[in-house]
Amino acid sequence: MFRLSVRSCITRLSTAALIVLAAAGSTAQAQTPATPPPTPAAPAPAPATPQAAAPASSSKVFNPDISVIGNFLAVTGKNPLNTAPSLSLTEAELALQAVIDPYATANFFIGVSSEGAELEEGYATFTALPGNLLLKVGKMRAQFGKVNTLHTHAVPYTDRPLMTENLVGGEEGLSDSGISLSHLIQVPAIFLEATAEVYQGNSAVFQTSERSRLNYVGRLRAYRDITESTNLDVGASYAYGPTDVGADLNKRLYGVDVTFRYRPLRRAIYQRLNLRTELTWSRQDLPGALRANAFGFYGLGEYQFARRWYMGARVDRSGRALEADVTDTGGSFFLTFWPTEFSLIRGQYRHIKYAEGHRGNEVIFQLSFSIGAHGAHVF
Amino acid sequence: MKTTLMCAALLLTASAASAQVRVVTTTEDLASITREVGGDKVKVMAIAKGYQDPHFVDPKPSFILEVNRADLLILVGHELELGWLPSLLTSGRNTKVQPGAAGYLDASSNVKILEIPTGQLTRAMGDVHPQGNPHYWLDPGNGRLMAQAIRDRLSQLHPADRGYFEQRYADFDKRLAAAEVRWDAAMAPYNGAKVVTYHRSWPNFMDRFKLDVMGYVEPKPGIPPSPAHTIDLIGEMKRQGVKIIIVEPYFDKKTPQAIANQVGGIVVELAPSAGGVPGAETYITVFDYNVRTLVDALRRARGK
Repeated sequence: MFRLSVRSCITRLSTAALIVLAAAGSTAQAQTPATPPPTPAAPAPAPATPQAAAPASSSKVFNPDISVIGNFLAVTGKNPLNTAPSLSLTEAELALQAVIDPYATANFFIGVSSEGAELEEGYATFTALPGNLLLKVGKMRAQFGKVNTLHTHAVPYTDRPLMTENLVGGEEGLSDSGISLSHLIQVPAIFLEATAEVYQGNSAVFQTSERSRLNYVGRLRAYRDITESTNLDVGASYAYGPTDVGADLNKRLYGVDVTFRYRPLRRAIYQRLNLRTELTWSRQDLPGALRANAFGFYGLGEYQFARRWYMGARVDRSGRALEADVTDTGGSFFLTFWPTEFSLIRGQYRHIKYAEGHRGNEVIFQLSFSIGAHGAHVF
Repeated sequence: MKTTLMCAALLLTASAASAQVRVVTTTEDLASITREVGGDKVKVMAIAKGYQDPHFVDPKPSFILEVNRADLLILVGHELELGWLPSLLTSGRNTKVQPGAAGYLDASSNVKILEIPTGQLTRAMGDVHPQGNPHYWLDPGNGRLMAQAIRDRLSQLHPADRGYFEQRYADFDKRLAAAEVRWDAAMAPYNGAKVVTYHRSWPNFMDRFKLDVMGYVEPKPGIPPSPAHTIDLIGEMKRQGVKIIIVEPYFDKKTPQAIANQVGGIVVELAPSAGGVPGAETYITVFDYNVRTLVDALRRARGK
């Protein structure tokens, strides 16, 4: 009778734990109104100044954090395949962020441009799940690589890499309605996170109108501090889903990303270096049991050399999702000035050599400016 | 039922062996005070180093792991960690340390907060903190109140060790009180002396030790020095005879040094946090170091 199998032990314990949790929950609720234990008299602390009397009326206290970020681009030079206008406010992003209840938070990002308003993202994040799980439900940018997850104002250049433009949905990216579940895997000395996502299949990358065909995304991310100033961040991503190329024609995307960061803590506000590369392989089914294979990558180096100044360079190379053996290449230099953390001015020189032989030589200026309270970005 | 109980008993024995409370603090000062009060019943880890600007900390995934495994999270509050703590809390997947839970402690609950802005706030004023200056730990009186809050929360989480935490707190309180007498005596000859600081990190320290902050190297909070402001500051320092410029270890010394050269003054690097400079590793030695260094500089400045 003492021979308990591990499984039965776990089952019994979890049942017991549930009962205990339920009981604890009710006691906790019962105890909430109780006053905290009295503190012994402190040796004459200075009289506390009255805490900031909340100036807002109670109806405003629970309003979400609201911010608007404007993105203005000025483009000069020649590019036969890029029709971006000379001067344009490409987007105003409205962000609304708040806690829903003790179990979840909500984020809405609405992009307004000359083409109208579009819900870029809108999702609830459930932060109180057991088992080291984090659940997101709504419309969101998929966890495929690094640059796909970033909003326009958060990418370190004025455009998106050729790899993104050709293979991963361009500006709009792999962004869709669905469910994302990520799990923190407990291993010593390393951050390991696995994410599984399912989307309806209505994005710039995957398309279907059938309920039975879905877009699946998976990602594994490993991170480790090398020293207090340096770290390495590695990810592998996979996406599979239907496309509108033809009936029952699917696409697979495989991605690998590697980021090295250096930021000396004593000089953290003056100096940092980020090196990043992302590689994507695309496998697109074509009619007649054919398949288009394409590969794209970019390499990015970004260096902060003064409190407000960053410079960087990017190399681009990418095939095209539907055309085999065709490659566009490019390169960019950029310089960014941050007057404060709420605005930036950026200049980028971009050279692209398209597969057809066209060449683009452009200088792009960007002004990005933000008002209101905008939530912190994910590292 | 019997087997369930046995399982539970096994589990309890296992957890009793590692009954230390895992505490994650946002700064080294909170970590130091928690070690003072918690002794060997706590295992403490601080996210921001003392020589790092606590406003700008990368929310690295390694910190997500620490938040994930914590029993208690202690923060400075007053929006000091606004730029990085929320994303660690969301990704930490730990209900024990979410706001409102017993494992979430804002150490500022009963401390003295200065520079609470009144009237309409805009970012034209720089990086102002709407809830007042968050560098409140630099008043030892506030350190005592923070220690009380930590003692009470640790006792709430581990009632069996309440006596231990009370005794550790009483000991810390006694040493802090004795040290305060020492610091006050050392600073007394310089009451009312005027100084310039780089950032607005020191109002509680200056208020406590009766020094007068005449101006700042930053034109506005969080805005780097500008030539026009620096020239104004030099003029005003000369007019008022101010010789001391206090700089946090994470700021560039070039502008402060240039100002000091112009006014015949002294640049003094003080520890804004535990671990900020060598010799200031704990909460009490931060003040030991700062008072000693400042008194020395004030004495030299008088001789100039």
